[in-house]
Amino acid sequence: MAEFLDMGGYAVFVWAAYGLCAAALVGLALHSLKAGKQARDRVEALRPRRRKGA
Amino acid sequence: MHRFANPAEFNRLADRILPWSLAIMAGAFAAGLYLALFASPPDYQQGDSVRIMYVHVPAAWMAMFTYMVMAGASFTALVWRHPLADLAGKAAAPIGATFTALALVTGSLWGKPMWGTYWEWDGRMTSVLVLFFLYLGYMAVWQSMDDEAKAGRAASILALVGVANIPIIKFSVDWWNTLHQPASVMRMGGPTIDGTMLWPLLIMALAYKAYFVTVFLWRMKLEINRRKLSVLSQAEVYG
Amino acid sequence: MAAPLRSVFMAVLARDMRLAWSQGGTGTMALSFFLIAVTLFAFGVGPEPQVLSRIAAGVIWVVALLACLLSLDRLYQADFEDGSLDDLALSPLGLAGVAGAKILAHWLATVLPLILITPLLGLFMHLGADGYLVLIASLMIGTPALSLIGSIGAALTVSVRRGGVLMALLVLPLYVPTLIFGVGAVDAALNMVTPMENLALLGAVSLVALVIGPIASAAALRLALE
Repeated sequence: MAEFLDMGGYAVFVWAAYGLCAAALVGLALHSLKAGKQARDRVEALRPRRRKGA
Repeated sequence: MHRFANPAEFNRLADRILPWSLAIMAGAFAAGLYLALFASPPDYQQGDSVRIMYVHVPAAWMAMFTYMVMAGASFTALVWRHPLADLAGKAAAPIGATFTALALVTGSLWGKPMWGTYWEWDGRMTSVLVLFFLYLGYMAVWQSMDDEAKAGRAASILALVGVANIPIIKFSVDWWNTLHQPASVMRMGGPTIDGTMLWPLLIMALAYKAYFVTVFLWRMKLEINRRKLSVLSQAEVYG
Repeated sequence: MAAPLRSVFMAVLARDMRLAWSQGGTGTMALSFFLIAVTLFAFGVGPEPQVLSRIAAGVIWVVALLACLLSLDRLYQADFEDGSLDDLALSPLGLAGVAGAKILAHWLATVLPLILITPLLGLFMHLGADGYLVLIASLMIGTPALSLIGSIGAALTVSVRRGGVLMALLVLPLYVPTLIFGVGAVDAALNMVTPMENLALLGAVSLVALVIGPIASAAALRLALE
């Protein structure tokens, strides 16, 4: 296990590269989902009011 | 409400694709990461640092691919005035910029052990850097204008000018690089790649592509809702 | 039909050139900026002739590029704000023709003086004697692309308040090929290699820009005028 984590002495570079990729991709995906839900909720909130008014 | 007919159609299509793209993404990432980190052998020259390739090269491919998607969407928006096309560009841009940034950062992290320096003005890396600037400009145009429709078309014009320039930029950077070639630079990647490394690479590339499709569809739905919101709130004010 | 077309073109061209050299015009400002910015490099890297002459071509090209960019950001803005761009759009020349006239005026009135003064800056920067002719030739061939591509950026940002920084962000990446081939030509001449390849590529970039520039500028202006 320690050998695997060590990555033949390149641990810093390999794990930094994989870590940054994971962080950026997961972060972007979560942000997209969260902003998507927010926008959907706000659309839903606006709609019924309009129908009542009409 | 007929102006939402098209987006509603799109949302249905997206909801049909999303389970598949999510499943492919999860499977390909699981298999790809296993192969990349455990099953594939270390390179005889580069050792285990070659494993950075499996996250770096697909990111660079997707950086270019996403720009092409953006340019295609921009062309559709300008020529056929398709109402969703400029939103497709807007949805793709942050994903492309992320891939581009990752290609640069992982390239830099690969460069340190290979070249002895975090940054080498290597032809490919420099082209990707310029591509990153193009993404920044595209997103800045979207943000700079209040009128969504105008922002969309301005950004589309910029994306098309950019795509016409990409081959020229690529060529010029390679040209510049051969002029100033430092004596001993180890080339990254290269055409002679062993099968034990090719498979993990291709599977990771598939994972990145499925990720793009998934997040792109999420962002499309987001942008469609945002546009609905601006239409609805305008209707509240003026209607 | 040809006569009014040409007269509108010439009228726009003449007016813009006059404006560039009237009080507060971009002509003198770009020229002063060019001189001062090149001088700053000497202060920045120190006065050793070897160092300066090594970077002379690059510095002069980069600063010429920036001077060009800075003088372009209001290419369409004044006409857009006072409404005369609406009138010009309806002229038989069309927006692409108007853009072409304004780009040509910018190049003749603002960029050409920069090129004419480069020998002086070459002296400041200890440019090698073999570099002068090629430097001027490369600027002559390459800078039209800067005006043409910059015009697209100026047109895209015409309705944006304080669009100057945005324009720089849009345009600078597109300037990369021109810069590379321009400096490459001078470096080749200084290394006793023929600069013709670089000059030919530089010309090709300018020709591509000539095709794209007026059309894309017109499309962007039409958008702003709607």
